[in-house]
Amino acid sequence: MGKTSGGRAILPAQSLQTLIDVVHSQGYRLIGPTLEDNAIVYDDLENVENLPLGISDRQSPGNYRLEDDPSAGYFAHVVGPHSWKRFLFPAAQKLWSATRVDQGFSIQTPEDETKLAFIGVRACEIKALQMQDRVFSQGPFTDNGYGEKRQNCLIIAVNCSRAADTCFCSSMDAGPRVTEGFDLALTELQQGRHDFLIETGSANGEALLKELVTRKAEDQDFAEADAQLAATEASIQRRMPSNIPEVLERHLQDEHWQTIESRCLNCSNCTLVCPTCFCSTVEDTTDLTGQHAERWRYWDSCFNTDFSYIHGGSIRQSGAARYRQWITHKLSYWHKQFGTSGCTGCGRCITWCPVGIDITEEAATFCEIDKRS
Amino acid sequence: MKTSQDPMTPNLFQVQRIRRELADTFTLELTAESNNEFPFLPGQFNMIYLFGSGEVPISISGDPAQPNRLIHTIRAVGSVTEGLKSCKSGDMLGIRGPFGSAWPVEQATGQDIVIITGGIGLAPLRPAIYHLLANRQRYGKIVILYGARTPADILFRKELERWRSRFDISVEVTVDQAVSNWSGRVGVVPKLINRADFAPEETTALICGPEIMMRFSVKALQERGVKEDHIYVSMERNMKCAIGFCGHCQLGSQFVCKDGPVFPYSQISSAFRIREL
Ligand SMILES: Cc1cc2nc3c(=O)[nH]c(=O)nc-3n(C[C@H](O)[C@H](O)[C@H](O)COP(=O)(O)OP(=O)(O)OC[C@H]3O[C@@H](n4cnc5c(N)ncnc54)[C@H](O)[C@@H]3O)c2cc1C
Ligand code: SF4
Ligand code: SF4
Ligand code: FES
Repeated sequence: MGKTSGGRAILPAQSLQTLIDVVHSQGYRLIGPTLEDNAIVYDDLENVENLPLGISDRQSPGNYRLEDDPSAGYFAHVVGPHSWKRFLFPAAQKLWSATRVDQGFSIQTPEDETKLAFIGVRACEIKALQMQDRVFSQGPFTDNGYGEKRQNCLIIAVNCSRAADTCFCSSMDAGPRVTEGFDLALTELQQGRHDFLIETGSANGEALLKELVTRKAEDQDFAEADAQLAATEASIQRRMPSNIPEVLERHLQDEHWQTIESRCLNCSNCTLVCPTCFCSTVEDTTDLTGQHAERWRYWDSCFNTDFSYIHGGSIRQSGAARYRQWITHKLSYWHKQFGTSGCTGCGRCITWCPVGIDITEEAATFCEIDKRS
Repeated sequence: MKTSQDPMTPNLFQVQRIRRELADTFTLELTAESNNEFPFLPGQFNMIYLFGSGEVPISISGDPAQPNRLIHTIRAVGSVTEGLKSCKSGDMLGIRGPFGSAWPVEQATGQDIVIITGGIGLAPLRPAIYHLLANRQRYGKIVILYGARTPADILFRKELERWRSRFDISVEVTVDQAVSNWSGRVGVVPKLINRADFAPEETTALICGPEIMMRFSVKALQERGVKEDHIYVSMERNMKCAIGFCGHCQLGSQFVCKDGPVFPYSQISSAFRIREL
């Protein structure tokens, strides 16, 4: 999947179902944004009706609310509590099972041939997928499950028609415009009409586009799309200071960590909603007969005290040390480990923090501390 | 079943022998079910899986020149290691590895070598010691400084005595608490560094033991003038994968599993300076 590969066309919104049908007909399991329990979550998509048409979201630190908005299109919402990582790196995953045989045991690895297609993937989310690629498939080892699933994954992206109050992708070089890493990119156009501008980003995307009944995209379509993206970008209020990687590392022992500790509940919400957090733990179990064992992998979080347990006690005993691990890993160490920030600026950790701790605000505070020192 | 080997799936090994070393410490001798050799570098470790119980990181303690047998020396401290202690010959275990970085036995050619270790920390260093002794002429002076809690806790005692009786290597053993029949040294290992015979500016130091012991050892070595990037330490952190996926072993920007466990001190000095990193 590369940059825009040239194919461009207009698909009327009333034909969106045909895109869904084509994806299904190629054997993909299609997943996209759907409405569930007052939140937009990613789930199986059978029908265009499953998309949250006419729904918009309001987000602020510690707050998420959906609103009916007759003018809102299919993708007018921004990111919700789910991220795509749950399909490539599931929250609970059986790694293998083992069965006792005479002297020892034999190991069986589960197989999963499902081909996944994602629709409604935003620029920051593509960036997040690419960050997880670096962890799971571009190091010395490849996670078999992740690597294969990801390679075969079809990405239908959307350009954001608006930003949430919590977004700061523009200062993370992660949006709002989708620039690479997709098969098809949609821009929802609603100025006196309801159309999608479709751009292709891969040969797969080209082939898909050929299956659809579209019309030629004209200059005015691009102009409307560009203006919409520019307006989205201009509306982004939050930002991440660019010198934050060095700043945090200079102040690992500042007393401000204790101030954050006094607010932080150590609930680990921020790591669970974060599209790039990759930490996991494993659990080994046997059944009652003792003949059958399984190994499962679960999402874990550096906010759990046990996370750093070694014989004799946990390394990060204090909440301050655990918050410091989280933010310095995201914003500083990630650069050294993977050559990029670990944050895309999606704002989920801000919205879903029960006490509204804001990563951009804490980063700004450390920059202030840095200036004073 | 998948054909490509998944790095999270163990290979089967059979216990050939289990040898009791100390009250809580034992050595397992394993061979691969596939009969394949198991080449490794001194300082590397494996993830050992005990059926249904769990998986733990354990350094290889055998001789790198004898890759037909996989040797691990383990102290029983918790659920998995206690379980491993009751293994019998014939039992099967799962092995993933070898993982991690190695002691710099090649880079240290021509240098004096000081090995500083305490307790079970001698096990991860034994492969390096075997290598140094097998290639004795390639190194300058070799000094081993080892500390144990009590004389009854001295690991590989027979081997230490054998090494000690050689003329081309100096071995000092100290205990924290003496008992009446102990005529050797009493005190902590870092205290031995001052008196040890090596040329600081030409020395590579290899350290493995409790973090506090490593911290004081580094300090004593620096005071004698050993260069920071010639001091190597083996770090211990919680590990759930050993291949950079689970995030548990992070130490600042380093992953102990894939960037370590053996680090030049210069690379991780902040870990010794900053609490709870
Ligand atoms: C690179 C490396 C090499 C090691 N080499 C040896 C060795 O050669 N011999 C030896 O006896 N011990 C070694 N250890 C320590 C050994 O891994 C722990 O003693 C062991 O994990 C304890 O597991 P448990 O289930 O018995 O204990 P519990 O206390 O029940 O531990 C529960 C879980 O916590 C984690 N854990 C606990 N202690 C440690 C620890 N110290 N390090 C990492 N994870 C831990 C493990 O995931 C373990 O399963 C090494 C550790 C590391 C990181
Ligand atoms: S740290 Fe917060 S803003 Fe950054 S990617 Fe994770 S959830 Fe999004
Ligand atoms: S260490 Fe913490 S911040 Fe970093 S990936 Fe793991 S859970 Fe996320
Ligand atoms: S042990 Fe899992 S990342 Fe190092």
